[in-house]
Amino acid sequence: MRGQGSPTQKGSWSQPASPARRIASALADPVISIRGLRKSYGEFEAVGGVDLEVRAGEVFAFLGPNGAGKTTTVEILEGYRKRSGGEVSVLGEDPERAGRSWRERIGIVLQNCRLDPYLTVRESLGLYAGYYSAPRPVDEVVELVGLGGKADARTGGLSGGQQRRLDVGMALVGDPELLFLDEPTTGFDPSARRHAWDTIAGLRDLGKTVFLTTHYMDEAQRLADRVTIISRGEIVASGTPEDLGHRDSLPTTISYRLDGEEVSVETTNPVADLHELTGRAVEQGLVLEGLEVTRPNLEDVYLSLTGEEESG
Amino acid sequence: MSGLVLFAHQFRYDQKVFWRNPASVFFTVAFPVILLLIFATVFGGQTVNVRGGIKTTAYYVPAIITLAVISATMQSLAMSLVIAREDGRLKRGRGTPMPAWVFISGRIGNSGVVALLMLAVIAGLGRVLYGVAIPWSQLPAIVITLLVGAAAFSCLGIALTAAIPSQDAAAPIVNALLLPLYFLSGVFIPDDQLPNGVIHFADAFPIRHFFEAFFAVYDPGNTGASLEWGNLAIVAVWGVAGLILATRFFRWTPRGG
Repeated sequence: MRGQGSPTQKGSWSQPASPARRIASALADPVISIRGLRKSYGEFEAVGGVDLEVRAGEVFAFLGPNGAGKTTTVEILEGYRKRSGGEVSVLGEDPERAGRSWRERIGIVLQNCRLDPYLTVRESLGLYAGYYSAPRPVDEVVELVGLGGKADARTGGLSGGQQRRLDVGMALVGDPELLFLDEPTTGFDPSARRHAWDTIAGLRDLGKTVFLTTHYMDEAQRLADRVTIISRGEIVASGTPEDLGHRDSLPTTISYRLDGEEVSVETTNPVADLHELTGRAVEQGLVLEGLEVTRPNLEDVYLSLTGEEESG
Repeated sequence: MSGLVLFAHQFRYDQKVFWRNPASVFFTVAFPVILLLIFATVFGGQTVNVRGGIKTTAYYVPAIITLAVISATMQSLAMSLVIAREDGRLKRGRGTPMPAWVFISGRIGNSGVVALLMLAVIAGLGRVLYGVAIPWSQLPAIVITLLVGAAAFSCLGIALTAAIPSQDAAAPIVNALLLPLYFLSGVFIPDDQLPNGVIHFADAFPIRHFFEAFFAVYDPGNTGASLEWGNLAIVAVWGVAGLILATRFFRWTPRGG
């Protein structure tokens, strides 16, 4: 697995939530509950009947290609857009009618939002802290999002990844229960994404509920307890990253080169088949060049579910 | 949390950002000073044939104060709000518990304070450099005129943002509206040199009326009550129209992208 974190790493973003946590969160009241959500822009139906639930303390990924209806949905949940139909409850209230006390409980990271270039990191957080009745201490938030060395730097001089971590900090400074992150790492280089992922995984450790939209499968896989895939305004799959689209029951591929020829075998019993294959190879002194065992990755599942290959 | 505490918080940050932004410091603070120095240098020593003939510098001091107040309010608000809106910063702010009125009044308060400061700077320079007396006896009338003008042009600036589609369009649209009106309203060219038709045209807009109201209260030769209620009323009507348009059409979310 690419970029696996060491077990001692803080945030341990590569680990899924513990079973105890999952059970506890499944028993709690849903933080977000959506039934039959629809949103049309004139003739175009951006969201066509979405149902989903997000429970307290989980990181929920809303995964889908560009234009699938992710941002429309998340902006309805944030209270920025009005829905055309269906029922929406966020922290027990309808976002269209929710007021200041509701806004005290949520934090929002927008997909596209610049920072005020004339404020420093600490000042940007201080400005937003002043909007809330019980904010987290600013210096604590600076550390939480890993900007300790940049606290007094103007935001204009931060890298894209650092700016995005400050965005998260500004959503976090009011100490909300629920955070919305709309495509938090789009356009990032791998190292900036790693840093952003660490920050987001840290949110889970703080006990926050996170609603994350993304079009990166690996991001959903790394961060989320549960993933729901949306395509063309409709939900096409839902589950944990491991069992999404029944990935567990799909065949495993064993491939190697023998006498310069590529061999690839699909099997539902990889342990026994691999044992037999390697046993025979050792007996006969054969070299199985480039021997590989691959499970169908989430990307294959994702592409087949969203029908990306067949579109056009 | 009380609204006043929130307002003070917002105002403090707006001040910080204003003084750190080189564009706002140049166009709002430095530019009126430069204009005063240029006009006084080029036309100094002549007389303007208004109110029985006065020094050009005595004419230009209230003229540039007029420009500076409009610049600190209408121009500065329209520009900074469009930039913040298209950056997504207004949308982000709306996602917090901060009430809309706190944000807007913080910005207007910021503009009002800068307008007051510019009044003091231009009046002080006029006194020190050109001997244009500060009409202290008219102070209450000056303050009232400034308040009405600053409030009205702030509302107009906020309303104007609805007509500006992008950050790049902000400066051209604001300047295309204001620069010709400064010329036609007698702010740049003394109005004894403007044809009557031009004055009548300018009378349809608030800049000319604000200038006249300000000129009357600032004229040291004008003793007694000199509040120009008629001119101020027209400025106020424009302000109320701006307020109505602003409440209807002001938007918090970006128009582009």
